Amino acid sequence: MSDKSDTRKTYYESIIKQGYNRRDFLKFSTYMTAFMGLQSSMVGQIAKSLETTPRMPVIWEHFQECTCCSESFIRSDHPIVADIILDKISLDYTLTLMAASGHQAEAAKQATMKKYHGEYILCVEGSVPMGDDGNYCCIAGKTAKEALIEAAEGAKAIIAWGSCATNGCVQAAKPNPTGATPIHKIIKNKPIIRVPGCPPIGEVMAGVIVHVVAFGRLPELDRMGRPKAFYSKRVHDSCYRRPYFDAGLFAESFDDQNAKEGYCLYKVGCKGPMTYNSCGTIKWNNGVSYPIQSGHGCIGCSEEGFWDNGPFYERMTKVPGFGEEHNADTVGKVAAGALAGGIAVHAVAANISKRKELMKRINRGKQNEKNIDS
Amino acid sequence: MANRIVVDPITRIEGHLRIEAEIKDGKIIDAFSSSTMVRGIEEIVKGRDPRDVWAFVQRTCGVCTTVHALSSVRSVEDALGIAVPQNAEMVRNIMEGALYMHDHVVHFYHLHALDWVDVVNCLKADPKQTSELAQSISKWPKSSPGYFSDVQKRIQKFVESGQLGIFANGYWGHPQMKLPAEVNLLAVAHYLEALEWQKEIVKVHTIFGGKNPHPNYLVGGMACAINTESPGGLNAERLAYVGKLLKEGRDFVNQVYIPDLLAIASFYKDWGAIGQGFGNYMSYGDFPTNGYADLSSFKFPSGVILDRDLSKIHDVDHRGDQIEEFVNNSWYDNYAEGKDVGKHPWDGETNIKYSGPKPPYTHLNVEEKYSFIKTPRWKGLAMEVGPLARLLVGYGRGNKEIQDVVNGGLKHLNVPVDALFSTLGRTAARGLESQLVADWTIEFYDTLMNNIKNGDERMANMDKWDPKTWPSEAKGVGFMEAPRGALAHWIKIKDGKTENYQQVVPSTWNASPRDPKGQRSAYESTLIGTPVADPELPLEIIRTIHSFDPCIACAVHLYDEHGKHISQVQNISSCDS
Repeated sequence: MSDKSDTRKTYYESIIKQGYNRRDFLKFSTYMTAFMGLQSSMVGQIAKSLETTPRMPVIWEHFQECTCCSESFIRSDHPIVADIILDKISLDYTLTLMAASGHQAEAAKQATMKKYHGEYILCVEGSVPMGDDGNYCCIAGKTAKEALIEAAEGAKAIIAWGSCATNGCVQAAKPNPTGATPIHKIIKNKPIIRVPGCPPIGEVMAGVIVHVVAFGRLPELDRMGRPKAFYSKRVHDSCYRRPYFDAGLFAESFDDQNAKEGYCLYKVGCKGPMTYNSCGTIKWNNGVSYPIQSGHGCIGCSEEGFWDNGPFYERMTKVPGFGEEHNADTVGKVAAGALAGGIAVHAVAANISKRKELMKRINRGKQNEKNIDS
Repeated sequence: MANRIVVDPITRIEGHLRIEAEIKDGKIIDAFSSSTMVRGIEEIVKGRDPRDVWAFVQRTCGVCTTVHALSSVRSVEDALGIAVPQNAEMVRNIMEGALYMHDHVVHFYHLHALDWVDVVNCLKADPKQTSELAQSISKWPKSSPGYFSDVQKRIQKFVESGQLGIFANGYWGHPQMKLPAEVNLLAVAHYLEALEWQKEIVKVHTIFGGKNPHPNYLVGGMACAINTESPGGLNAERLAYVGKLLKEGRDFVNQVYIPDLLAIASFYKDWGAIGQGFGNYMSYGDFPTNGYADLSSFKFPSGVILDRDLSKIHDVDHRGDQIEEFVNNSWYDNYAEGKDVGKHPWDGETNIKYSGPKPPYTHLNVEEKYSFIKTPRWKGLAMEVGPLARLLVGYGRGNKEIQDVVNGGLKHLNVPVDALFSTLGRTAARGLESQLVADWTIEFYDTLMNNIKNGDERMANMDKWDPKTWPSEAKGVGFMEAPRGALAHWIKIKDGKTENYQQVVPSTWNASPRDPKGQRSAYESTLIGTPVADPELPLEIIRTIHSFDPCIACAVHLYDEHGKHISQVQNISSCDS
């Protein structure tokens, strides 16, 4: 397809096609420049970049996975996946959906890695087995580790989809027989957006993609590399059953009268109090429900090591407070460093006033935690 | 010497599958199927609370999400003698029915269609003629010339961008692509529509199980309590939502999927004589209507067919010695009893030992072990499992509903019964059974609604929830028909913990390497004789492999923390439903 590359539509062309003129386009570029906090002298550069940028090329690797992340991605309601893959990104390699197999599939990936070196986004679904020299997962005769390192080299940024890529998920549960390893422990020199969950919510996955495409920069990440827009609240804090927790009204057993009344599931093992995710706010499958609403406790599937965090139906002995956050901060410093050299148009980082506001909120949260615990 | 070509990765499947095929004079003379990924989930669940295991093993597969969860809770309930309330049985059936509709539609349009449909060729279609064709085969409302014209313009714009994305390097213009441009346009339009529709039908799982993929299950029943008078449980609004989704699902199957399937199949009738295989079929049966223990109440009957003989259906026994697994060609240590001995899943052992070529490699050494999949056998024989096997077993058992739908399909395509035993037959059977399942699912829903109307609101049997009520040792089997075929989990429980756990999944049956007698499993067997027009573009191989809807995700192996291989009871498997 490289011979047709000159005809592809850029942002500029698509804006013109929608009835705007060049003056509008330059205004838009000026606005974008200001929005991204850049010097006004960069307007021309941004305009040029938008004039020549094709649909964002994406390579999506599949390693030790169950494909639930791809399935969740195609469940997205806004935008729907057809609009993402036809209009927003160019999904040049994914084992789940691509037409070509074998050599033809690998050739498509190689073409994108070469032509869009430094420009493409690498999405990774699945963990990488580091045991036995990586022999436990091979694609086209190469180990997953080799494929990851090769594809990461020219990537602008990496999105680690789901709990497998962010923390190893089920195959990394004890005794982790294959040495299943998350992406950030292998790739150290690229910005990595970590989108945990088993799987992540479809609209969250689409939201991360839209954020990068529409705003031209990575979303702000917390200290664990997770987008703040989707992972800064605990399920417990956004749960509609929270008032029952506060009032001490609990289901004692599944299908008992209290369960039928929709009381809090904390005593039958709900891990909502230790789980950061959007289940209580965005909910699942276009807001239809989420585990707690459907009567089953949260199993904490977006938390690191959740498979080994005790039996699912045993009540948590202690509702964790911001000790978790402290660990996250420590871990996150590495990721933050890697981010600094990241994506081309990502220039906005959290500024000082935002940080102050954030600290205020965290402190307020800590106070709330104390109130709950007492 | 024959030329051995390699197709790796096989795309549009779940998991990591590699096919090596020897081609002579334009035909495949031998084939080797290999799974190249393992995770070891069965090892990971050992020692854990049996009530938790469904969640671990559910992650075997996210495409046929729910099937491993259901097999798991059934195996634990079987071991402990727990009968679930009928409402829970109906909710599980409804969720499974919704999965069938989802899985089969997605397989047809998004995983299989691009083997038969030339996307780029749809640009040559006349939208008006496509509209006439669409209206002649279905009453589906989105069928105006303007609708198809819009789709065509969208694809035109996409192709002109030069960034073909998932359609890059496809088999466009291949001599085996035989659909008229108008049919291609119809199929591409429905590819996009099905992509949008599939996110709706799964909301059935979200309502009962809280999310999809990977909704929640519960040993003893389901967690979604019924309460018609409270916002806290399943009430009239939640149930009406399910009813609407099921009816819309049935409409999509009957008015889009089936007409398209038959229209496309009518141009590929020659594939009714390709991909035939060895002619043994097995179904475990599924969709109980009077409890898991009453096999006669299952909507899909169970049984085995040998050598295409539909007049004699053999019974399946999961507990005796009928089913065994072999590792003679799989990357595991041989059993202590010998390389060529088989083991029943309750007593199986799996010590992973990769002995294939060192990556990066170009060819596997097929003279030695060549896959992470073990080789299961029924009374020493290879079995094909899946939608075709289910329909054939039902047909042979004299099930009138199944006979009617199969006969109707054959009549419509004007092909003989023998055409069923083929690549085309496998793909057609998947559609035909979707019609049945869509109707049954609404029956299950009606039963659930009727129970609630009559005051039965029980959703879980918690009598044996507490491990203190369990015997010190127990073992059970949870079998079902996943969309991709016969699936079973075997569990041994000791002192309240999972002592051993094994999954033998549909793609283990179909995709495994050959057994000690040299008998090929279904993938390898069905590829033999397939014509390959251009070895550089092995479209024909992909067609037959996709007709099975491969799902190659799980496999097991174990070693201790020092990297030393240890002897262990374990199974493996490869896939999922």
